[in-house]
Amino acid sequence: MSSPSPKSPEQSEKSRKYDRQLRLWGDHGQKLLEGSKICLINATALGTEILKSLVLPGIGAFTIVDGEKVTEEDVGCNFFLDETHIGMSRAQAATESLLELNRDVRGDYIDDFPDHVMLHTQDFFNNFNVIIATALPEKVLMPLSKQLWSANIPFLVCRSVGFLGYVRLQIKEHTVIETHPDNETPDLQLDRPWPSLMEHLEQVDVSNFGTKERSHVPALTILYHYLQQFKSENGGLLPKTHAEKDKLRNIIRNSLPSENDILEENYEQAVKFVNVCVNCTCVPNHIQKILDDELCINLTFESSPFWVMCAALREMVQSEGALPIRGSLPDMAADTASFISLQQLYMRQAHSQMESLYRRAVQISRSLGQSTDAITEAEAKLFCKHASELHVFRGKCIADEYQSNSPSASLHLEDPESLMFYYVILRGLESFIDEYNAYPGQYDDHVEPDVLKLKTLIGKLLTEWGCPTVAISDDRVHEVCRYGGAELHSVSAVLAGCTAHETIKLITHQFKPINNTFIYDAITSTSATFVL
Amino acid sequence: MSEHQGVSQKRWGHLRKVLERPGPFSHPDFEPSSEILDFIMTTCKLLVIGAGGLGCELLKDLALMGFKQIHVIDMDTIELSNLNRQFLFRQEDIGSSKAEVAASFINRKVKGCQVTPHFCKIQDYDETFYRQFHLVVCGLDSIVARRWINGMLISLLNYEDGTLDQTSIIPMIDGGTEGFKGHARVILPGVSACIDCTLDLYPPQITYPLCTIANTPRLPEHCIEYVKIIQWPKENPWGSLIDGDDPQHILWIYEKSLERSTQFNIVGVTYRLVQGVVKNIIPAVASTNAVIAAMCATEVFKLATSCCVPLNNYLVFNDVDGIYTYTFEAEKKENCLACSQIPQTLLIQDPEQMKLKNLLDVFCESAAYQMKNPGLTTYINGKNKTLYISTIKNIEEKTRENLTKTLLELGLQDGSEIMVADLTSPNVLSVRLKFASKNVDT
Repeated sequence: MSSPSPKSPEQSEKSRKYDRQLRLWGDHGQKLLEGSKICLINATALGTEILKSLVLPGIGAFTIVDGEKVTEEDVGCNFFLDETHIGMSRAQAATESLLELNRDVRGDYIDDFPDHVMLHTQDFFNNFNVIIATALPEKVLMPLSKQLWSANIPFLVCRSVGFLGYVRLQIKEHTVIETHPDNETPDLQLDRPWPSLMEHLEQVDVSNFGTKERSHVPALTILYHYLQQFKSENGGLLPKTHAEKDKLRNIIRNSLPSENDILEENYEQAVKFVNVCVNCTCVPNHIQKILDDELCINLTFESSPFWVMCAALREMVQSEGALPIRGSLPDMAADTASFISLQQLYMRQAHSQMESLYRRAVQISRSLGQSTDAITEAEAKLFCKHASELHVFRGKCIADEYQSNSPSASLHLEDPESLMFYYVILRGLESFIDEYNAYPGQYDDHVEPDVLKLKTLIGKLLTEWGCPTVAISDDRVHEVCRYGGAELHSVSAVLAGCTAHETIKLITHQFKPINNTFIYDAITSTSATFVL
Repeated sequence: MSEHQGVSQKRWGHLRKVLERPGPFSHPDFEPSSEILDFIMTTCKLLVIGAGGLGCELLKDLALMGFKQIHVIDMDTIELSNLNRQFLFRQEDIGSSKAEVAASFINRKVKGCQVTPHFCKIQDYDETFYRQFHLVVCGLDSIVARRWINGMLISLLNYEDGTLDQTSIIPMIDGGTEGFKGHARVILPGVSACIDCTLDLYPPQITYPLCTIANTPRLPEHCIEYVKIIQWPKENPWGSLIDGDDPQHILWIYEKSLERSTQFNIVGVTYRLVQGVVKNIIPAVASTNAVIAAMCATEVFKLATSCCVPLNNYLVFNDVDGIYTYTFEAEKKENCLACSQIPQTLLIQDPEQMKLKNLLDVFCESAAYQMKNPGLTTYINGKNKTLYISTIKNIEEKTRENLTKTLLELGLQDGSEIMVADLTSPNVLSVRLKFASKNVDT
């Protein structure tokens, strides 16, 4: 019998509860989530639905800032408010209901309007990891956007009106190590085998194999062998063009002994590998751009571990000519020993490169006078493994966008297929609210006059931007006045799910966030993302 | 009375704006009036299938979009690992019926809403049950169950002289998620692409060849499958089948898999991976379920009110890299097993050699059928003959010997009709065999 194993941490109650999401962002992602503090401005249906999808996976704490009282209309579209709450502070009622969702999460509220809060406690909003605002008036949005921009705190601004939704992310800089790309090509570096790999691969003479041995050899070994043959016949060059790759594929196919009639699975795999795995190992452009970034070159005491590790990576690339190897192999049909010995070679190489990067990073960090634990081994390991998928995101300030006379929005307006017109309508809607203190079409007998008023405001915006006022059709203006500020629960819930996940991306530093404006049209069930 | 009405008028003010005012982008049939809200509140009857990740969201979304007559059906009970997203359930509900807890939560929270729970399998009900609904919404994780309800709704269609009676159509809105990916689609049975029309959109489940598992394991998954498939039946530590929810079972498999992986120098066997492989766990998170369910609920609202043209007919969603959606029109398959009126024929290349078990394999493995454990019967000389049925023990024993007989030995001929019954449909599929003609030398 095996010895009784110590109770694994994976069997703790918390791990079991969060099991389905831990498989997506790991224990390290969960730890960041559990340490996070989120602020929601305005507990609209959209707002509470966003918090719901953050409280359930277990953020650390939330605070709701909302000066409104619960109305009957709130109850009609907000699941976290019911009849018994009518007349109560909306912030308080929503906080209490949301806290029932997860006993691991703390929550509190401020029964006041965000502009008052900003006036009384200047740095109040600087105490959170992410600020999320819904139904925020433009006159509050402007100063808050500026403040959070200079404090480099991620800010998500959302709005849901009728069948229309909008999410805007403002963040100065955001770095991601694990982007979780969908299709990763294997990192084999067959064009530059290190000595121990070369020694291993060259001691196998694939061409003299009998049927049984043929079936045991991994595709990588086969590929390496015939690649050498190709190179010796082609002036030592790798196959680059389609025709050259075809030639290599045919060499592999033609190795089939005449007594066999179908190519074995492992040889088929080797043929498949030709396309993506015999390329020249080089630093991808998007990574080179990061390594040439000013923040990577001019480090300071303030530099984040990400940039310190990038600087270490830069040094390494300069001396080695390539990114550290990922160290994992795809499964290949082969016998256990041949596959595992190859796998171990790749793992060992990755490990030694990781050690080297870690040492360099620690050295750089020390030379900057940072604390001795600024760079952790676990983080360096993660960084090294994902060195080919790093992502740096630099955003734009919302206040600048609103004050610009030639926003990039105008570029998209000429495209009749583009959803950009919704952005213009939303901007018009915000001007309307600021000017008339109501949504266009909020009152049944005001719909037609509001259409005219909104058209005027939108026309003014378009003229300021130097766009033709016909860019927005009357029908579009009419449609948004029909909504009269109505919040449809299912439309809000779509946006809320999206916004919650964007928040999780920002907290965990995994996956790529939106850049930077997302528009959802529930009429046609379509969406678009614009860089504004 | 009038005061109460005033309250509800205000409460549903959001919905009233879009239902009682004309809009330039609404469905051509849309006539704004207060009757539409009346219809969805008093008459329109919905069925939600599944009270899990999508189901909980769907019930909330539909209740807040004004629907009051909602039935929900789910055979499962609540587990701890549901609580990270199935927000109608609490720690103390673990072990209770999902449908029942979800229904009573919604009824308590949304005044006036009447959710009726059904703690059972969808297969427990017949046509009379399904016929009562105006729309069916699915939040399922099983393709078999999707195909079954799809088949059920198709069997409710009425054709008169070959023309489909439009009033017999019950639209089906289907949602699905996996991690950060999902889909939402609208199916008008008999009119647009159905689940079986698009079977090729579902990726086949990953299976490992037995010889790899037994002789040349390379991945941690190979070691786990070995313990699951070979070692467990042999040692049978608890004298029972594997129960993925029993931590003792998982721990045993974990320890044995670890032993095997150590023996082969394979790294990466963890408790979490063992659990994932044994239970075939699909990662899931609150946000994706919220998005997909809400998209489905929006489509239900459009179909029930005609306030907009519904999605035509398939949307895919992914928010790993930014937020991506794509809509397209999945095409109806002309000879679809489930929804076409065309009789199915199956070409048999070599009737003298083909054994019944080969025919069974065709039904299970070919992309067009993807059946689970089909039962086959036929008519020979006007008499019903059972060829093979695996699901009933004594019939299985009696018909097992047929498996190794050839089609000719069983008396089947060119043009013979085979009736196929399977989990994937409530309806029996009739397939006509077409024997390939022998090559005639010319």
